[in-house]
Amino acid sequence: MAQSSDDNDVIFEARDLRIHAVRDDGSELPIVKGVDFKVRRGEVVALIGESGSGKTTISLSALGYCKPGLKFAGGEALLLGQDVTKMSTEELRPIRGEKVAYLAQSAAATFNPSILINEQVTEAPVLHGSKTSEEAGAKALSLYHALELPDPENIGARYPHQVSGGQLQRLMAAMALCGEPDLLVLDEPTTALDVTTQIEVLKAFKQVIKEEGAAAIYVTHDLAVVAQVADHVVVLYNGEIKEAGPVETIINKSEHPYTKRLMGAIRPLPEPGQGEDSNHQHMRDVPALEAKAVDAGYGKGAEGKPASMVLRDVNVTIERGKTVGIIGESGCGKSTLARVFAGLLPPSDGALRLDGQPIAPDLRNRSREELRKVQFVYQMADTALNPRQRIKDIIGRPLEFYGGLSGEAKTRRLLELLEMVELPPPFADRYPHELSGGQKQRVNLARALAADPEVVLCDEVTSALDTIVGANVIELLKSLRRETGVSFVFISHDLSTVASFADEIVVLYAGRVAEQGPTDKVLAPPYHPYTRLLISSVPEMRTGWLEDTVSSKETITGMTGGVELTDIGCPFFARCPLAIKGTCDTVNPPRRVDGDDHIIECHREVDELLGGG
Amino acid sequence: MTTLILKRLGIGLVTVIAVSLIIFFGTKILPGDAAQIRLGQSATPENVAAFRARLGLDQPYIVQYLVWLKNFMMGDLGTSLASDVPITDLIADRYHNTVFVSVLTAAIGVPISLALGIMAAMYPGTLYDRVLTLVSVSLVAAPEFFTATLLVLLFVFVLGIGNAIVVGSTEGKGLFELIAHFALPITTLCFVIASQLIRMSRAAVLNVMSSPYIEMAILKGVPRKRIIFRHALLNAIGPIVNVVALNLAYLVTGVIVVEVYFGYNGLATLIVQGVQTRDYVLIQGLGMIFCMTYVILMLVADIAAFASNARLRHPK
Repeated sequence: MAQSSDDNDVIFEARDLRIHAVRDDGSELPIVKGVDFKVRRGEVVALIGESGSGKTTISLSALGYCKPGLKFAGGEALLLGQDVTKMSTEELRPIRGEKVAYLAQSAAATFNPSILINEQVTEAPVLHGSKTSEEAGAKALSLYHALELPDPENIGARYPHQVSGGQLQRLMAAMALCGEPDLLVLDEPTTALDVTTQIEVLKAFKQVIKEEGAAAIYVTHDLAVVAQVADHVVVLYNGEIKEAGPVETIINKSEHPYTKRLMGAIRPLPEPGQGEDSNHQHMRDVPALEAKAVDAGYGKGAEGKPASMVLRDVNVTIERGKTVGIIGESGCGKSTLARVFAGLLPPSDGALRLDGQPIAPDLRNRSREELRKVQFVYQMADTALNPRQRIKDIIGRPLEFYGGLSGEAKTRRLLELLEMVELPPPFADRYPHELSGGQKQRVNLARALAADPEVVLCDEVTSALDTIVGANVIELLKSLRRETGVSFVFISHDLSTVASFADEIVVLYAGRVAEQGPTDKVLAPPYHPYTRLLISSVPEMRTGWLEDTVSSKETITGMTGGVELTDIGCPFFARCPLAIKGTCDTVNPPRRVDGDDHIIECHREVDELLGGG
Repeated sequence: MTTLILKRLGIGLVTVIAVSLIIFFGTKILPGDAAQIRLGQSATPENVAAFRARLGLDQPYIVQYLVWLKNFMMGDLGTSLASDVPITDLIADRYHNTVFVSVLTAAIGVPISLALGIMAAMYPGTLYDRVLTLVSVSLVAAPEFFTATLLVLLFVFVLGIGNAIVVGSTEGKGLFELIAHFALPITTLCFVIASQLIRMSRAAVLNVMSSPYIEMAILKGVPRKRIIFRHALLNAIGPIVNVVALNLAYLVTGVIVVEVYFGYNGLATLIVQGVQTRDYVLIQGLGMIFCMTYVILMLVADIAAFASNARLRHPK
């Protein structure tokens, strides 16, 4: 296994690497079909592609690891000149965590819930004998400082559930770097994070990789993130390399059709004027669904109030045939609001109106007709569809229950619905597990439409999907809105998606409405400072964007503070660059109206919110 | 966590009260009058009425229940209808045997079974794992008397050691003599509990072994032993203690077949005797004791599971 390359700087090299999936009957299916690329010292190579492109599988080969059911079928994966695909588990053990380290997509799942963070971070080098536990502890501490973790002296003495998601993601980086590996493998390390958190984590990763002088393989489907962190890009499709080159070339000058398709699916930055001008033909005098001064929360507290309040004084009006986008960070109460509309969580105060008529806050007290009019589409089609029912039964049930259809009429309607969500008729006889993620989400949507609803509540319906598939689902929603006059409540943490689809946007922060109004007005100045932070946090498809953004004032203030659930004052106070001490933290912000339909809750005057940018 | 434990305590208490209601009124529904049974067919109606009054059976049911419950809590389980002996004395004669057999079975059977199950989870799919699975599945399927018969055949008739039935008094015997005395019932029971414990501990550990943090540990180069004992086992304690507790409760209350088979007197045969002689006072008392054994063991298991969970031990 001699070093055959003249280039001594090569840390990792894949040579005609082939990986096969082994089926139950023993036959093999090629997953990775002969891939060649190199990673040099100090270099970040991005593997990019849709799910199923083999990018994760290839990246794990650098650790000599195949997921269960896969096997190395040919070629070489040379780590520091050694072919790790031909080594035994015992031979690999001293290399893993020492020469090459792995960062997974979800830190929450990757940390052992029962073991203190410090022990997990320092485990690899101590076990491998490259550091004493004191040395490893000191290294961990310096990494905590470098990764800008709060309270670095004590954070390691906590359990994983006691720190936030973004912090855990950075702690995972510390875990990978503690053994000072030559190669880091990062698998979608920021995909599960909010945009504002993603910036912090990206910044920390980039800096630390540079300081530690490590090389890295960065797996992602997000080209904008690639533009920020990578030096080289390898574009993968179906287990083959479609294109490879320096990041500038791929981002700016790519000619390859597949790369262009990937770029085409990237949602444009959230700017005014993208929302499709949905027609008004379905409008009527009364809105489809309304929430008036709704408070809601979980648990039982004093005086009939919830023990933990999630939503406070939320007003939302959903007009017929229109789409209201609900946006905010995880934990801001987006999904809770959908649950309130659906009647799953009765509000503790305020009222709900359907077609102008008050409806019962609790699902159980609603009539079948009222239930029919409001339908829910969940984020995870995987868990929302019964795995033991065929598609025709999943969609057929609401047809019977709400529409009273059976026999011929039911079948006809079923086929219409499948056509509406662009699935061919034979799918009716399939089971959910025979469908791809995007197809399952279409069935999920068809199930909601089968009830012939007036309002469809979509909770992060594209978040679990690939860029291209997600973009297709959005297109489908747009055409459904045009044809059926159904209203949508579209919940997402992704501002770009909401901007391209919603007629009106509600920005939630810590359970309160920070800003709401027509899409074009919310996405243009004057902004609520939080909206501005959200907009500026969406990565742009150009190199150097990250550096520009993290040096801006809003981002710095926005990143240092944490979310505070306060009873009085503005919850955004600690992260707001425009905060007024003594006012913002003690008095609830007033409702400022810009025009007649654009509301900003802020102590600053509308004029003050215009400037900067 | 304290509130969780208090909640569990509350649920346990409610369970005990609910069971006490079912036991008490259940035995009331049984046909036959207690006084008539006790005094026999030849008793005059006057005698029966007087006896009923003495037992308090002429009181309303609810009063009878409350008096019974109060007496039970003060340790007075009443007097046997069949033999006119206090129930506590009847139990005292027997519980030595039951306690000795179940403690020894637990002490031998639980650690060995858990070790075997965890080892199977360490090397899934190997010959060892498959043989162990085959054996434990067969044991689950085999009734106790079948296992007992096989053991008797092997030890008594082939090897010529031990006795096919447990005979003689236990009084004045030392520990080792007692072990020899009960060797076969204990071995049988070890096999019975082992089958379930092996399968459940293997499943619990394997379930944890498929989580992402175990994959991460593998990718950090953590040795297999440490992955099992430091990373996996901690997270499998909850389900494992639950199965252990269920099996311990079985050892106290459900070993009737083994007791009858080997012919020694334990608590399980006592309750069957109570049913045979229509001694409802005995049934009530033992029923309550069995119920409380279950409730207490499950409570201990729940607390152990809570204590092993970092999220509950250290809330945010």
